[in-house]
Amino acid sequence: MGKIEDLETINGEGYQLTTLDKAIALARANSVWPLPFATSCCGIEFMATMGSAYDLSRFGMERMSFTPRQADLLIVAGTISKKLGPVLKRVYEQMAEPKWVLSVGACACSGGIFDTYSVLQGIDRIIPVDVYVPGCPPRPEQIIEGVMNIHELVKKESNRRRYSEEYKHLLGTYQIDIDQHGEAK
Amino acid sequence: MEKQNNQEYLTAIQAAFGEDILAHEETFGMLNIEMTPARIHDAIAWLQQHQDLSVNYLTNIAGVHYPESVGREFAVVYQLHSWKNNLRLRIKGYLPKENLNIATITDLFAGANWMERETYDFFGIQFDGHPDLRRILNMDDMDYFPMRKEYVLEDATREDKDDRFFGRNNNEL
Repeated sequence: MGKIEDLETINGEGYQLTTLDKAIALARANSVWPLPFATSCCGIEFMATMGSAYDLSRFGMERMSFTPRQADLLIVAGTISKKLGPVLKRVYEQMAEPKWVLSVGACACSGGIFDTYSVLQGIDRIIPVDVYVPGCPPRPEQIIEGVMNIHELVKKESNRRRYSEEYKHLLGTYQIDIDQHGEAK
Repeated sequence: MEKQNNQEYLTAIQAAFGEDILAHEETFGMLNIEMTPARIHDAIAWLQQHQDLSVNYLTNIAGVHYPESVGREFAVVYQLHSWKNNLRLRIKGYLPKENLNIATITDLFAGANWMERETYDFFGIQFDGHPDLRRILNMDDMDYFPMRKEYVLEDATREDKDDRFFGRNNNEL
């Protein structure tokens, strides 16, 4: 977990030093605002994850962001039909950098049991995914595990990931054009 | 006026439409009437306006594909309901695959609009006179009618699905 004690610091009498990017990464990891894109039963499990028994709020995720403009983490929980695909992509494009994607459940990861013409066979066909959570549906513990993995990514990735060539290339493979600030055009 | 039953409905429709009634049967207490497709619109209008029969509610419109029956590959099924008599009936019209045109009934029931769009979406049946006949449930750029039996159910772009785990090719397990 992202406690201040976990930071590599240089400690002395009356001061504590660390690098700025590590401090920023720690702050980011503990204030990830999720946007729940929940379409079916995985969404119910996600609601339980947000509820008081599992309490995702204790990781700085108290506020569900129902606008993509103020969200950091897109949580896709449930079956995405092909007709919904462009909507999901639009939501992803509207999110401001930095942003991450958590794919919850078999349907979001691969189409799941819906081996049929109308269902998108995995959301990674239209948007890049950072962490996959398997299960049909996954238990809240598994969703929390996925969120913990997102936190690890947030802490370890470069703060300026959006400017890297790899990132531009990745988004290019999804036909998402980005401007000089890394935002989708 | 006494409440009407199936037999009285059938007698009345036969009297009015005679030769356009191609077949009729009763399944699970529900009257089924097969008609000449071109006359279905008039028959439904007549049923709707009839004082005693009073078929005032359109429950559903559906399509069916029978690829083996040559010359009558597609069926359009209208399920109607008379609230006054608490009686349901079903009207069917069979169309050959070369000519999937049938008159819209959106002028009789506004609710037929989406039902006909759905039937068009899945079977490609053309409802002549429909105000806005385009896909409703499937994505707009789909280029076939998925409920026709010549098309497989599965998504053509799937990569990680094993048929055996979906109840297919069971003997290979």
